[in-house]
Amino acid sequence: MPLLEVDKDKCIGCGGCVEACPLGALSLVDDMAVVNDKCTACGACLLACPVHALNLPDTRPRKSSENLAAYKGVWIWMEQFHGRTGSVSIEMLGQGRKLADTRKVALTACVLGHHVEHIAKEAISFGADRVFLADDESLADYTTAPYASTLISLIREYKPEIFLLGASARGRDLAGSVASVLYTGLTADCTGLEIDPENDLLLQTRPAFGGNIMATIICRDHRPQMATVRHRVFEMPVADDKRQGQVISIKAAMKPEQITARVIDSILEKDEVNLADARIIVAGGRGVGGPAGFETIHKLAVVLGGAVGSSRGAVDAGWISYAHQVGQTGRTVRPDLYIACGISGQIQHLAGMKTSKVIIAINKNPDAPIFNVAHYGIAGDLFQILPALTEQFRKKLRH
Amino acid sequence: MNIIVCIKQVPGVTDVKINPETNTLIREGVSSIINPFDMYAIEEGLRIKEKFGGKVKVISLGPPQAINALREAVGMGADEAISLSDRAFAGSDSWATAYALALAIKKTGDFNIILCGKQAIDGDTGQVGPGIASQLGITQLTYVFKIVKLEPESGMITVERLLEEGREIVEAKLPVLLTVVKDINQPRGATLYHLRRAAKLLIPVWTAGDLPEADLSKLGLKGSPTQVIKISSPPKREGALDMIKADSIEQSAAILADKIIAEKIL
Repeated sequence: MPLLEVDKDKCIGCGGCVEACPLGALSLVDDMAVVNDKCTACGACLLACPVHALNLPDTRPRKSSENLAAYKGVWIWMEQFHGRTGSVSIEMLGQGRKLADTRKVALTACVLGHHVEHIAKEAISFGADRVFLADDESLADYTTAPYASTLISLIREYKPEIFLLGASARGRDLAGSVASVLYTGLTADCTGLEIDPENDLLLQTRPAFGGNIMATIICRDHRPQMATVRHRVFEMPVADDKRQGQVISIKAAMKPEQITARVIDSILEKDEVNLADARIIVAGGRGVGGPAGFETIHKLAVVLGGAVGSSRGAVDAGWISYAHQVGQTGRTVRPDLYIACGISGQIQHLAGMKTSKVIIAINKNPDAPIFNVAHYGIAGDLFQILPALTEQFRKKLRH
Repeated sequence: MNIIVCIKQVPGVTDVKINPETNTLIREGVSSIINPFDMYAIEEGLRIKEKFGGKVKVISLGPPQAINALREAVGMGADEAISLSDRAFAGSDSWATAYALALAIKKTGDFNIILCGKQAIDGDTGQVGPGIASQLGITQLTYVFKIVKLEPESGMITVERLLEEGREIVEAKLPVLLTVVKDINQPRGATLYHLRRAAKLLIPVWTAGDLPEADLSKLGLKGSPTQVIKISSPPKREGALDMIKADSIEQSAAILADKIIAEKIL
């Protein structure tokens, strides 16, 4: 049975779905959309159909909901590195609090690490009612198995309904492992999380196909409903040091001799490369012309207190290191301000930055695609514009 | 070293355009490519083989035409290929994909290293690699951008992983599953010799029936815990493009700076 159903009474043969299908799974036969077995049920065609003739039927058997009712509560994994909490974890406490209030359940934070008691307190101040604290030497550095096994045994025992992790490298590494063992649904990189008032399910919305469409995903028959959450999407909650909560100490699930991976060393990037956390990014592309051109970019970034990003073109040319690359094969960023300098705006680059709050494009070519996603633009020579802009910000931000 | 590389065929992104009216993807002609991150995985597998000997086997789960991606990988130098293709696998989410791939890998026999790209550019989840590792019960090392040391005798591997704060050096015991990032290598092109071999190579197509251990209820759409229930347009950004054009560059810069300061984001 095909994954996609075409309602032959509704289809008007407009061909919109044929164009929209990224896989070539649709064609028109006798003015009617026909689907072949290339279809992966991605849903990209559904939006394109003006008459709602396309449908992805749900062919799964329904499971009993009795066991699901035993799952209660919203849990957050508190990511920490060398004792510092990841900001995405704090943002999730804010959104998690809202979800927990809607479901009228408790919000629980899971803190794993060594010498991390202070994070338990921090989690409570930002909204957690309860903290599971696994403070153990074997958890000092993040490695998958000891973290995953500790969380898996906690989840099996306490049965949360919803479990959220940050969509960071570690968060995705951990979530993929935990969901796999528990046989439950995991939605990557969510930008929207809500409770469906009709059935209390978690509606998980994420960008798909490079951000061209948004997909809303549910996990109906498995628990917990798991999602990784994109950084800087949900608002940072305000800390309340007077909030009270319960801290429950738990044991790490693996003995040190069972652990097969070990962190030997960490090499930290300079702050200016930490694109994921940056509120402001000044990025350069091919138009920057060479490594020396990035000096001009860097100067503006310094004045604005921002990080330096780049397009793939500049990285491939060897002008700047890969750690700076924004886009599909680099990092996805969502700063408050993204200044694209000499970046034409290929779709792969746009996929990595177009959800930035404010985008400025500076490019010689006024028809460059980067201007399609920008809020502000100046067409011209970046080597004239950037120094002038740097000077203006230097003057105006001094007060 | 027995090396397995998991690859995915994805839509060729370069010829995707956005229809500004409907905000959907327009594709001029339909081409498919090997997921770019998987190209780095194939290359890394070939390099390990060249250094330590052994075999590189590529596996792909997908519709029948995904076999072309496997031929391409053989054209680069992979020794063997297996296609997992069956209607029973259709509609698999990342859980069901990892489940089927893990069973297929088990069936192929001994392996030391499994390589995957860090994520696929169409799904962008990065969940299948960790999923396979968990199903097989082996160590996973994700976001690897360098293999620092590989010692077949002692069965140890040391890699550098690329994380938000920087790099991390991790040592682990084989067998491992690695997911690799772009910077790990420069994938080679196909060679005539290998292309000829690829054209002739018999690539077995495994269906669900070829995975005797498989719990059929865990395959494909019906085995997938997640379900897409709605597709929508991304929220439109407010306001159109404000092109700033003053008499002099200084003036333009001053106007832009004022507008950005007024956005209250600095």
